[in-house]
Amino acid sequence: MADLRSNFLGIKSPNPFWLASAPPTDKEYNVVRAFKAGWGGVVWKTLGEDPPIVNVSSRYGALHSADQRMIGFNNIELITDRPLDVNLREIKQVKRDWPDRAVVVSLMVPCTEEAWKGILPLVEDTGADAVELNFGCPHGMSERGMGSAVGQVPEYVGMVAKWCKQHTRMPVIVKLTPNITDIRKPARAAKEGGADAVSLINTINSITSIDLDIMAPTPTVDGKGTHGGYCGPAVKPIAMHMVADIARDPDTFGLPISAIGGIANWRDAAEFISLSAGTVQVCTAAMHYGFKIVDDMISGLTHWMDSKGYATIEDFRGRAVPNVTDWQFLNINYKSIARIDQNKCIKCGLCHIACEDTSHQSIAKIKDNGTRRYEVIEAECVGCNLCAHVCPVPDCISMVSVDTGKPYLNWTQDPRNPMRKAAE
Amino acid sequence: MTQSATPDIAAGRLRPDEIAANFEDIKPPLDRKKALIESSRCYFCHDAPCVEACPTSIDIPNFIRMINTGNTLGAAEKILEANILGGMCARVCPTEILCEDKCVRNTSEDKPVNIGMLQRFAVDHLMENGRYPFTRQAPTGKRVAVVGGGPAGLSCAHRLAMLGHDVTIFDARDKLGGLNEYGIAAYKTVNNFAQAEVDFVLSIGGISVKTGQALGRDITLDQLRRDFDAVFLGLGLSGVNALGLEGEEQLSGVMDAVGYIADLRQASDKGKLKVGRKVVVIGGGNTAIDIAVQTKKLGAEDVTLVYRRAPENMSATWHEQEFAQINGVKIKHWARPVRLIGHNGAVKEVEFERTALDDRGRLVGTGDTFAIPCDHVFKAIGQKFVKDPVNGKARESLDLADGKIAVNEEMKTSLANVWAGGDCVASGTDLTVQGVEDGKVAAHAIDRTLRGAK
Repeated sequence: MADLRSNFLGIKSPNPFWLASAPPTDKEYNVVRAFKAGWGGVVWKTLGEDPPIVNVSSRYGALHSADQRMIGFNNIELITDRPLDVNLREIKQVKRDWPDRAVVVSLMVPCTEEAWKGILPLVEDTGADAVELNFGCPHGMSERGMGSAVGQVPEYVGMVAKWCKQHTRMPVIVKLTPNITDIRKPARAAKEGGADAVSLINTINSITSIDLDIMAPTPTVDGKGTHGGYCGPAVKPIAMHMVADIARDPDTFGLPISAIGGIANWRDAAEFISLSAGTVQVCTAAMHYGFKIVDDMISGLTHWMDSKGYATIEDFRGRAVPNVTDWQFLNINYKSIARIDQNKCIKCGLCHIACEDTSHQSIAKIKDNGTRRYEVIEAECVGCNLCAHVCPVPDCISMVSVDTGKPYLNWTQDPRNPMRKAAE
Repeated sequence: MTQSATPDIAAGRLRPDEIAANFEDIKPPLDRKKALIESSRCYFCHDAPCVEACPTSIDIPNFIRMINTGNTLGAAEKILEANILGGMCARVCPTEILCEDKCVRNTSEDKPVNIGMLQRFAVDHLMENGRYPFTRQAPTGKRVAVVGGGPAGLSCAHRLAMLGHDVTIFDARDKLGGLNEYGIAAYKTVNNFAQAEVDFVLSIGGISVKTGQALGRDITLDQLRRDFDAVFLGLGLSGVNALGLEGEEQLSGVMDAVGYIADLRQASDKGKLKVGRKVVVIGGGNTAIDIAVQTKKLGAEDVTLVYRRAPENMSATWHEQEFAQINGVKIKHWARPVRLIGHNGAVKEVEFERTALDDRGRLVGTGDTFAIPCDHVFKAIGQKFVKDPVNGKARESLDLADGKIAVNEEMKTSLANVWAGGDCVASGTDLTVQGVEDGKVAAHAIDRTLRGAK
């Protein structure tokens, strides 16, 4: 049976599933419940300097799918609102009671060396495994010069990472904000500053909805709203892209990554690990369904690894990275076309209308004696996948490779590319 | 078998609260949350099979999507544009053989989207909360007589009024609605919905109503054709088929189901309706199911429905048959009544002969008989068109086909300026929704004719 044990920067945990720094990890009570449920580790909700911050009432916004499930989630909460000593005492107790679990402490203090120098020994004293520098929080704290206000300036990221490495022997993880054009810049800066790892993504600037009755964003605080940090399943694609970008950047290649962003099940976790993540952090899914979701993450990843013959996480970690490339290197001679399994088709016609109205008019609607039938016009199909995505029946439409008899040819080599470098 | 001297037919078999509970809405409406969940199950099919299965071609995926986006009034407008009686159809349509039978969800999971209940959710919401969604086009100055205020007549009248014509509805009864008011089982249309819907239809304006006006008695077709620019006949079926057995007319306790159902629908206190302790219902259609279930709900102890062929031959859908059985009705197949046995002028038994199909697939009696003791016998073996009021003394006669009024695809009869629709026409099914469609089609045909003939 697959071994899920994780060793990330020397921090050992029974599985790679950590809870991200967020409300679920704000206090001992929740963290103990999480550990009892089976989570491998936690990143304790961000500590700051006393006096503690004050939160507003009404804090979360959400985007729902048609079946009323939350697919996107945002918050306007700040860092922990409890006194520093209370948190430190609880962290120490938890780490003592749960020595086999990872306990990482998230930190955010003003951008001065004294501030960081001051708080690090206090954390070290708890016996925590590492610190995670919160350079990501996009609301509230950023207005005070912290969180993403630091994370958006690579020089600051490097500078603070360096201070922290100087003033603690604990591993330093830098948590990156996605609210930036090129994620590789702060990641490189963190590495240059000596950070042991990066974690990403933090939440994305967002307004989830406008309450049309009161004409204000949600969550609404006394008639006003502000942008919050967006997370949940909807952000996973953005997080995957950023993780992949760091994983394949020559400057940061090999830099350990703890992945965050819409991870809700074992498959999400496996995908991020395939992009080189050493651990994965979860928040929204736990806030949606409770801690029990880790059951499926553990059992699902184990079964999947067994089915693939992977004995440890390291056996497949990063395996997808070499297959992430730039558009210009994709094989322009490759062709796939849609194939409809007529036995599975329920005749909803969604593939036809999507293709007909918005794509390539390559799915014919046929009516035989009142019976509907949808057929791919192979000569017209460009292999765009739209039909397969809109089809409500699993595995009904598949994309099939077609042998074109042509060799690999990418855009840099393609004669149709006006910018192509002349052949030698 | 013990025999009482008098038939046991009595009122008040159940307590008032029991009767009230028995006649509550059989399908309580969806609340908003349930409607959202159910509407999310719709795939928004292109060229959707459900739409094709709806006689009025309601754009079902579109209205369900509107419910899901919170645009419930838009959803209701979409429904009512196609079917002005969308509220009643949502309650009484046999969706299990129409839209829901064709839902693509049946293919893989055998559980269609609950289209009927979603339709009801939307239309009820509009009728309770919305502004009136229809306006009339510029007046044409044309006048149309609509005979019969049932589904076909109401639909025709509403569409004609929308198109700018002035309409007069004549109906033999005291209230409009036809079978919606006098025929449908009470628990399918609670809270006087039929009349609320009639009021809703009439709110368009331009429709005057003359009740208590029977064709052939108070008015004649000749007269209407003379006084109006066009006539629409939505007469329904006013005759009932007879068993053809001796004593059918004489023995007390032998009744037509449709008459009893009408009384039940009009009763202010259902507890005062007399019903037999032992009831036998003869027939295999929805009327048979409705009388059987309703007499059971009034407190009849044993209700036996006897049908001469197999379950799949019954015109009541499988869903209706199941509903009857769940409600304690015993259904016996393959038997036909051969003798009514009376005692002191009242029916006390019905003798049945078992039936079978012969080599050529014809229904034949086997000669084997049995008797079912009963206090009350309801005949529900079909209704028929009565032609006398239309053709009795008319100068020109309407052509009939299969004993009903012959019409073309535009619902036009053989007579100039006379259209017809609903149960009284030859193509007619017994569906409310078909009547609505007939009325709508006829209204547009009448409109084209009247505008063309300036």
